[in-house]
Amino acid sequence: MLIQKPADIRYSEITPKSVYLNRRKFLAGVPAAFLGARAARAQAGAKLPNLAKSPFSTTEKPNTYADVTHYNNFYEFGTSKQQPAQNATNFKTSPWTVSVEGDVAKPRKFSMDEIMKLAPLEERIYRHRCVEAWSIVVPWAGYSLSALLKQVEPGPKAKYVAFESYWDLRQMPLARPELAGIALPYVEGLRLDEAMHPLALLCVGMYGEALPPQDGAPVRLVVPWKYGFKSIKSIVKIKLVASQPPTTWNMNNAHEYGFYSNVNPQVDHPRWSQAKERRLPSLFQNHPTQMFNGYASEVASLYAGMDLKKNY
Amino acid sequence: MRRIRWSKVLVFLLCLAPIFRLAWRMWNQDVTANPTEFIQHFTGDWAIRLIVATLGVTPLRKLLGVPGLIRFRRMIGLFAFFYACLHFLTYLWLDKLFDFPAMLKDVGRRPFITAGFAAFVCLVPLAVTSTAGWIRRLGGKRWQRLHTLIYVTAIAAVVHYYWLVKSDIRQPMLYGTLVALLLAWRVVSRAIRNGAPPRA
Repeated sequence: MLIQKPADIRYSEITPKSVYLNRRKFLAGVPAAFLGARAARAQAGAKLPNLAKSPFSTTEKPNTYADVTHYNNFYEFGTSKQQPAQNATNFKTSPWTVSVEGDVAKPRKFSMDEIMKLAPLEERIYRHRCVEAWSIVVPWAGYSLSALLKQVEPGPKAKYVAFESYWDLRQMPLARPELAGIALPYVEGLRLDEAMHPLALLCVGMYGEALPPQDGAPVRLVVPWKYGFKSIKSIVKIKLVASQPPTTWNMNNAHEYGFYSNVNPQVDHPRWSQAKERRLPSLFQNHPTQMFNGYASEVASLYAGMDLKKNY
Repeated sequence: MRRIRWSKVLVFLLCLAPIFRLAWRMWNQDVTANPTEFIQHFTGDWAIRLIVATLGVTPLRKLLGVPGLIRFRRMIGLFAFFYACLHFLTYLWLDKLFDFPAMLKDVGRRPFITAGFAAFVCLVPLAVTSTAGWIRRLGGKRWQRLHTLIYVTAIAAVVHYYWLVKSDIRQPMLYGTLVALLLAWRVVSRAIRNGAPPRA
């Protein structure tokens, strides 16, 4: 028989040790949180005031900040889940620009300040499903990627959007392909209609604060109906292109990681089932995975008539 | 005699130390947001390390001229089995919720689980027949032949690890190299013992 009854105190409700150990730093930051609250800044940890609520938000309980910031896949800072939190602490994300180019009428570089002000920031509480069959719930902050793309006016030949992550061995000494086992810089891609979908989030923060480095500071993508690796971190380049762009994990192992990589409980990863997931911090892999990670009513129409087994 | 007993106690405690370390980390909630994955990797790491250690006993005895090392081999092997049991149990319990049909389906369909399961299954008879009574019952020769199954376990464990990782293959390659060296040493030393020195 299984014992699945939660203990009196849930794991997620206990003050994380790191927060406890940093309680002085936390208190020291309180005045700054009030003083700095005027203009939203992208500096890691800076408060993001006045986040609008979003109808896309789930009512499920978010994971703790400590969990989400100390369990990361960010191979540029090491291939273990604990390494990014340790190795990315000094990651310098200012100044930062994102170049938006390719088949667009108005190609341009956006500074982080411009990105922060481009559209009203919303809080979006999304489910986040990793291809490794675990999932979390995260209150992201940002706005629909479409707001940025509309600024540059995609041209008639633009059918796909290619994204590229920051890559600098001086800041990321572990980001050598022979160490990470993947080609770098990290690249991802979406079909243009996927990228224009309002759920696709250009994300600058989480938990009401600017993104911490290990979670993809200062700006990342969040595509909640796809496996986590599609949600590229620390973006420096966005290019609108005519044909399907190469994507990092697909280049690494095309048999296991498709271009689409939509969350799909019916299509197994060759090495493990995708039917169920472990909703962290639960120990048990007993949470049923939903089609498109529960966003089917919003996004299923994007794939009407497509064979999702073939286009995994 | 006294020294032997104390050295055995020491090796016993050394083999047990990881489980205390794991317990300590769990107590301190220092097992990441995904404790299951942490525990699975932790127990898997120690199982394969101790499997490699048991394979290292004989070469070390010969190369260092310390035949007495043999008295630790059974204990190290049983500890390898202990960590392998924990590793398997966390999979069966936390991943599969004791759904045996689902587990067998995994074993049949997922090559990395097939390899891991094979490694574990081969360890079972070795643990069972590890007592002096079983050595007597089977007879030294047959017992030794049975216990060559550890080679299958070692190779299958490395393959299991290699097939599991997503892209960073350094760890499985390290264990693979160690196992290959330890098995190669046996092949070469047997060839020498049989009086047929390998031609240069």
